[in-house]
Amino acid sequence: MEDVKEMTADVKKNIEEKKPLKKVLVICARGTLEDVYAALIMANGALSEGKEAKMFFTFFGLDAITKAKADHLHTATVGNPAFMRSLPTMVGGLPGFEALASHMMKQEMDKLDIPPVTEFLEMIEAGGGEIYACKLAADMFHIKKEDLVDEVKDIITVGQMYDLAEGDGVQIIYV
Amino acid sequence: MAQLEVNTFMIDVNDEGYFTDPSQWTSEIAKELADREGISLTDKHYEVLEFLRAKHHEGVPLSIRKVGKSGIVDIKQFYALFPGGPLKVSSKIAGIPKPVSCV
Repeated sequence: MEDVKEMTADVKKNIEEKKPLKKVLVICARGTLEDVYAALIMANGALSEGKEAKMFFTFFGLDAITKAKADHLHTATVGNPAFMRSLPTMVGGLPGFEALASHMMKQEMDKLDIPPVTEFLEMIEAGGGEIYACKLAADMFHIKKEDLVDEVKDIITVGQMYDLAEGDGVQIIYV
Repeated sequence: MAQLEVNTFMIDVNDEGYFTDPSQWTSEIAKELADREGISLTDKHYEVLEFLRAKHHEGVPLSIRKVGKSGIVDIKQFYALFPGGPLKVSSKIAGIPKPVSCV
């Protein structure tokens, strides 16, 4: 019974001593429009709340920081049951449909003052955020530093990525 | 509703310290509020504050991006002027409600 009392006191103490979030490391491994935006919004949101933010792009996430692709990301219209439920899957596979759907989604986002990907990356850098690319994925896709947008600070290993998350009050977010 | 004493004025604020009545704002009050945030206001700060107040008055939802496109400061300068969450901190000093934008 004493133990339980002590434990409860501990829990209470932890809640009372609010431990603030100080930094996020957002890992983006996906190259679809909605996943990339989720990662960008979370990193930028942390900065605008006065927290630190680091971003690490890997695998298809590299598309989001590749000069030639960053502003041309698509949303999946096939194999995405949440997309236009009433639409038969086959229609989503028609030529040009994915591009059209992605274009429409970008228009809607623009109305909400959500910037294009390259501008978003600029905003994150301007806010003190740091952007990194994954070395293994870059090697795999034969991507070099010059293929990536200027905001990319470096191409780093997974070990160096964990170094970015050092300190108190840090959370790692994986997209 | 809470009240905040600034110099000799009593200001109506919410629990987070944001003005509930922007008309109670004066530049002297802004100076005092900024001091409490550890910021000493320059002309540039005031330009940003006036911009925020004008946009709020027009009913335009504010975002860091909009301030960056205002022609007054770029985003980097905005972060430098109001450290610790630029739009939140500047809105508080500008006497307008807390911004609700996610971008």
